[in-house]
Amino acid sequence: MKGTFGRTVRLGVHSLLLHKLRSVLTTLGVTFGVSSVIAMLAIGEGAAKKAQDQIRQLGSQNVIMRSVKPPDDVVSGRETTRISSYGLTDSDFLRASTTFPGVKRAIPVRQLQQEVRLGMRALNPRVLATVPQYIQVTGRPLSEGRFLSDEDERRVSNVCVLGYEVARFLSPFESTVGQEIKIGPDYFTCVGVLLPRVPLGSDQPQPGADVTGELFLPLETGRKWFGDVQVKIRSGSRDMEEVQLHEVIVEVESPDNVLLVASAARHMLASQHKQKDYEVVVPLELMRQAEETARTWTIVLGAIAGISLLVGGIGIMNVMLATVTERTREIGIRRALGAKKRHITTQFLVECVILSVGGGILGVGLGLLIPLYVEKNYDLPAIIKATDPLLAFGISALIGIVFGLYPAWRAANMDPVEALRHE
Amino acid sequence: MAERAQAEKVAELTRVTRHYKMGTNVVRALDEFSFSFAKGEYWSIMGSSGSGKSTLLNILGCIDRPSSGSYRVRGQEVSTLDDDELSNLRSRDIGFVFQSYNLIPQLNVLENILVPLFYQDDPPPDGEERATKLAERVGLGSRLEHRPMELSGGQQQRVAIARALVNDPAIVLADEATGNLDSKTALEILDLFDELHAEGKTILLVTHERTVGQRAERTLRLRDGKIDEVLENRTGVKA
Repeated sequence: MKGTFGRTVRLGVHSLLLHKLRSVLTTLGVTFGVSSVIAMLAIGEGAAKKAQDQIRQLGSQNVIMRSVKPPDDVVSGRETTRISSYGLTDSDFLRASTTFPGVKRAIPVRQLQQEVRLGMRALNPRVLATVPQYIQVTGRPLSEGRFLSDEDERRVSNVCVLGYEVARFLSPFESTVGQEIKIGPDYFTCVGVLLPRVPLGSDQPQPGADVTGELFLPLETGRKWFGDVQVKIRSGSRDMEEVQLHEVIVEVESPDNVLLVASAARHMLASQHKQKDYEVVVPLELMRQAEETARTWTIVLGAIAGISLLVGGIGIMNVMLATVTERTREIGIRRALGAKKRHITTQFLVECVILSVGGGILGVGLGLLIPLYVEKNYDLPAIIKATDPLLAFGISALIGIVFGLYPAWRAANMDPVEALRHE
Repeated sequence: MAERAQAEKVAELTRVTRHYKMGTNVVRALDEFSFSFAKGEYWSIMGSSGSGKSTLLNILGCIDRPSSGSYRVRGQEVSTLDDDELSNLRSRDIGFVFQSYNLIPQLNVLENILVPLFYQDDPPPDGEERATKLAERVGLGSRLEHRPMELSGGQQQRVAIARALVNDPAIVLADEATGNLDSKTALEILDLFDELHAEGKTILLVTHERTVGQRAERTLRLRDGKIDEVLENRTGVKA
């Protein structure tokens, strides 16, 4: 029996090569099916990972309260000067840090509208005034230097820490640590630079900002130099906003209490604020939502891929049935010369598997190219797991067997006498 | 006929009946047919169409089974075998030569000759050598790599004969083996059968052509599924 299988495979290849175009067209169904399975898995995995990375950066144990400008504050077209007052207050922050159960600490953040300049280069990043613990709560890594310190806070020093993008924009080639950065009208000493982070969906550029970067000041320094009132100058109007705190990040002791704290925060804010000038963001909830979305997508894409594989399989079955009819006489000859039913079954099954696995290999190739293309052109990360091509390969072999069984069975069960008489 | 009784019976049919249902009618293609073929004999089987000669050939070739009665090949009862055992028997003991050659188009000459061995449970180790020798024996030693499409009808039939001999069968069944050939090529093929007969092969040649039938040692003539007559063809035996 040695070499019998090899010979059967070779024979199958020979038979398929007799009709090259037909064979290639037959494999296309499986090719597209398999490639869509691989692409689907890769893109789905990538999207899920991206979402989770973003959310993890917000901190899965954090509850974030943010100030939101109320929607009814519409700016009229006329030249106006007015002050709108909204958002989180210092007393919100105090309540959050002292009265919520299971809170480890709360971090106040103020956001200022100031131009940042070093020499000839200027930009409008998110200028954040906050406390030294900010870096522990958000887990942002430092690139060089240090973050804000308690000492800075106490002495209300003129220091700042730059986000990576801001530092690179201001000084592309040399370190900014130790340099004097001009923020608004005053100079601040740069003491550190943070590492870049995964861009967040909430990082829309501020009006007039060219870089989605950040710059950090001590909270008290910010209050001292810039106060609570911000002036936004737009064409035709001058907006003044009074916001005490833009963001309060609440870090919860244990992950189990995150949802509890979130609901406490919502209740507290609802009772303290007359209008909905705040929002509560819970990264843990977002993460669950993202997982749910990713799962839905995987199911939808998987169903599409499954359907194309099914269609591919039916294509193979159809062609094999035609082939079996076409080769009835050959089957009769082989049976007369001593082929058992299982020989005939094997012969046709092998042909089906060659077709489907051939299609599968093409599909793996194509399926690896699609994520690359998508990644490059649509800014969607794609993650190809080593097991994906194997999985796709297995699926295609399985399709060959499943959809080849019936044609092979039909071939094997032909009456040899009838088959020989077939014209 | 005395020495026939002494010889080993390679194919022995006893009261073989084969009937087909055609709608409500039952057609008896073979009716209580009893006969035996001995080793080394060269028979032609003749009869008009519907006489049952194709059915007899199918049963002799073990691709069809008797409805009743007994058929033995080299002493082994065939009518009780299942499909796999029947296939085994064909790959070991039967050599088929068809009217339309029936070579497999995807395979070359050598591979075509090897097909019966391919399906044996325990193929002989010297198969290729044997096939090569047979190809030379039928005059195609230089065309082993050719495909059937590249050969003439006579050459294809020679390949088919080599294929029928490769498993050293108990009987070679030739079904109108010269029917598709011109008369000159047909004579060459018949000469080849004579040579094989002289080498001691058992050959059963089904034909409806009298001239072809007379080339065999003896002729068995069928009518209505029964033996019509048995003839000794003195002319068929070469001096």
